[in-house]
Amino acid sequence: MSAATPQELVERALAASTADDCVVIIHDTTSANLRWANNTLTTNGQMSGRTATVVSFVASGDSVAAASTSGSATTVDEIAGIMRAADAAARLAEPAEDANPLVRDRTSSDWDEPATPTDITVYDAVAPALGEAFGRAAGAGRLLYGFVDHAVTTTYLGSSTGLRLRHVQPTGHFACTAKDTALTTSAWLGAATRDFADIDPLALDDELARRLAWAARRVDLPAGRYDTILPPTAVADLMVDTYWYAGARDAWEGQSVYSQRPTGTRIGERITAPGVHLMSDPALPDVACTPFAVVGSSDSERSVFDNGLPLARTEWIRDGELTSLIQTRHTATMTEQPATPYIDNLVLEIDSGSGTIDDLVAGTERGLLVTSLWYIRLVDPQSLLLTGLTRDGVYLVENGEITGAVNNFRWNESPVDLLGRFTHASATTRSFSREWGADYFPRTATPALRIPDFNMSSVSQAM
Amino acid sequence: MPGIDATFLALPHRRLGDLALARAADLGASHADFRFERIRSQRILVRDGALQGAADADLVGFAVRVVHGGAWGFASGVVLTEDEARRVAETAVSVAKVAAAMTTTPVELAPEPVYDDVTWVSSYDLDPFEVSTADKTAVLADWTIRLCRGSAVDHATASLYAVQENKYYADLAGTRTTQQRVRMQPAFEAMGGTSEVFDSMASIAPPVGRGWEYVVGDPSAGAWDWEIELDEVPDLLAEKLKSPSIEAGRYDLVIHPSNLWLTIHESIGHATELDRALGYEANYAGTSFATPDQIGTLRYGSPIMNVTGDRTVEHGLATIGYDDDGVATQQWDIVRDGMLVGFQLDRPMAALMPELSADEGAGRSNGCAYADSPGHIPIQRMANVSLQPAADGPSTEELISQVERGLYVVGDKSWSIDMQRFNFQFTGQRFFRIVDGRLAGQARDVAYQATTTDFWGAMEAVGGPDTWLLGGAFNCGKAQPGQVAAVSHGCPTALFRDVRILNTTEEAGQ
Repeated sequence: MSAATPQELVERALAASTADDCVVIIHDTTSANLRWANNTLTTNGQMSGRTATVVSFVASGDSVAAASTSGSATTVDEIAGIMRAADAAARLAEPAEDANPLVRDRTSSDWDEPATPTDITVYDAVAPALGEAFGRAAGAGRLLYGFVDHAVTTTYLGSSTGLRLRHVQPTGHFACTAKDTALTTSAWLGAATRDFADIDPLALDDELARRLAWAARRVDLPAGRYDTILPPTAVADLMVDTYWYAGARDAWEGQSVYSQRPTGTRIGERITAPGVHLMSDPALPDVACTPFAVVGSSDSERSVFDNGLPLARTEWIRDGELTSLIQTRHTATMTEQPATPYIDNLVLEIDSGSGTIDDLVAGTERGLLVTSLWYIRLVDPQSLLLTGLTRDGVYLVENGEITGAVNNFRWNESPVDLLGRFTHASATTRSFSREWGADYFPRTATPALRIPDFNMSSVSQAM
Repeated sequence: MPGIDATFLALPHRRLGDLALARAADLGASHADFRFERIRSQRILVRDGALQGAADADLVGFAVRVVHGGAWGFASGVVLTEDEARRVAETAVSVAKVAAAMTTTPVELAPEPVYDDVTWVSSYDLDPFEVSTADKTAVLADWTIRLCRGSAVDHATASLYAVQENKYYADLAGTRTTQQRVRMQPAFEAMGGTSEVFDSMASIAPPVGRGWEYVVGDPSAGAWDWEIELDEVPDLLAEKLKSPSIEAGRYDLVIHPSNLWLTIHESIGHATELDRALGYEANYAGTSFATPDQIGTLRYGSPIMNVTGDRTVEHGLATIGYDDDGVATQQWDIVRDGMLVGFQLDRPMAALMPELSADEGAGRSNGCAYADSPGHIPIQRMANVSLQPAADGPSTEELISQVERGLYVVGDKSWSIDMQRFNFQFTGQRFFRIVDGRLAGQARDVAYQATTTDFWGAMEAVGGPDTWLLGGAFNCGKAQPGQVAAVSHGCPTALFRDVRILNTTEEAGQ
């Protein structure tokens, strides 16, 4: 059996379904990566895959049951098998509590286009430069560890109600850690990219060398509260968690920092400093993402009935006020708010934000510059208290200059609280969350922030 | 016990493998291996008695990994045709050629005997995929309805995640393995609160390498005792909501296996992966304070600390017959009498440091290669890393009786550790205060924080075999591109002296 096109898979599945309605989602992904450590390549690969998800809907009286089945699908036989499984599961399923009318009758202008691939040649310029950087680093007593990844996913969403939607999503990033050969000093850089045309490994190696040189003076500091500058990458780490825990249902039921307990949300309440804006917008060019809802299975924050729902600019926090939470049409009826589905990008803007992180450093009398955060986990949902570590570069700032490297810390902080007490912000720039950017949430734009009393809870010996 | 799924055996794994390996050999690969996998999974979510979502997945694909010109090359595909098998092999070789220019240390693999067409199936009775989704959903819905009857419970969730993993591995040396394993993660959580306080209480049932019998079977035969826990959790939540906030300070801790498994995972399991210790995870998951030059000299913990790596223990989540390098799996010592004595290895790691081999320096891998899908390259992943009980050790009650002022910690919740595995912070489901050797009600807002070797050095006693439980996780993350692995950790209840306790409300500045 030969491979079928994604459009053929969608049409064959829709034609074969015996359910009352169905949605077919095809994700066609190719990717290529290079990984290195100790100035040598370690692993690499070029992968291709195509998965199909069929969501079947079966009506019974006033209720509708839904079930979804996914699988690798390249042939009409394979998609037919997935369709049969989804139909059978829906017939046996309990009524769906999130039932809503399916979205109807929209077609993307590029629906008929084939999937867009990538391959190892995306590194035609990067790979030789990386090889040169390995040699240069080895000669200068540096060890490089890092990873580049490029993936292109083409999504096709078709439905029995007339949806034929297509979206191409390129996603890439470069990340590199440098250490001295004694392994006592470490620095990190990471950046998101769509096509690697803007990635220069030799320039990045230069910057890593500059940061390692900052560690010529080592300063050991105890735990405590410090005036701390967080770069856009670290702010992205914290904002992703702020967003992920913004589910409307959990808030409505009293289980999050956005709750008005025992029942209700804090929508309409000022939760951060004035001038803070947190938003998502699929049309923003640097962080463009899928402009329609794609949902394989329902949970508290996503509903299969919302598949194909157009996504538009959504302000989660506007001028410090909580204005929206992540919600489906189902939870929107619960909270009596508009449906504001999950969107795959996030932007933080501060009205007073200007300049760069260098400007924040120059304006700091004594404080810490933290280059990246790591192992961030939720400790308490009531306050959105997070814990995590600093990693690969904490620097002492004195009189506007970086004067040395400081030990690492474990920190405990709530990002919602931080947005209420920061004192300075840079302009917003494209950023890359070290914790979540590579695998889960790559499209962020954030400013650097200066926090006057960041809680460094204990010292970490890690170097 | 079921055999290997006939629908997997009907797939063209052998034919595609033979073609791919032959093509890689023709192109000059010095090593080539072929993995053909099918991963069936199911997730069911229930909230307050209503089904939230049910999703099944059945992913099939294959991968070719080669060593060519001293460099790795890897490629994968999902089109199950002979042409595609050859094309993927060719792509793997072409990727290796790109990589060769950046590879300064040629790839070597530790030696391993050839296993000529062997099979292995994990230990379970009832295939969860043979039980109807409706029946499984009904059990979960019943759990949440029962929980919601508790006076302090406002809402309850329940979930099931089940996986059946089939792998066929073949390499140019002649090894052919066909394997199947099943794992399950049933869970529930009750939530409740007032205008002032919100909290939750979850089941402490571990995920396991068992079938549906884990849910509906006899607890004396290995099933979890869901009935007892469903009765207890609403009252435990009610008590927790009324309990006092902890006074930060230093306390003795008696830690139940339902919490201690995660501390073992983070501070021992990951710390003794040789790829981390050598820098292969330095840009992502991190390195390790435990380096191979410290074998036999690093005091990891107190003399009663004995830790094994084991990919053979029955019902373990990392248990399998042969790993993704084609190595027969094993059990070995990692910490003996408190001293570091071993690491976790795959074939490339074992070849780099043959003196670390469990087979008396024979340079053999101890079987820790794993890839979570055909789309990912195998890397060194964690064995079931477990703390051994004392043969005639005390009961949990006897351990509690040895504490004047402390906490009894049950169930896992939040976890975090630094990139060299020194500094960690954990919370839990239940923190019972201990006063003069007796439990004295729960405390809230508790986290414990320590440095790995200080913590394990402060372990004064481990419980007996009756206190031992195999805990674990479905979702351990590692590598770039990111992969997840399921892994178990067994341990007894254990007593730790003088550990730092934080008040999380104070940490939040509130």
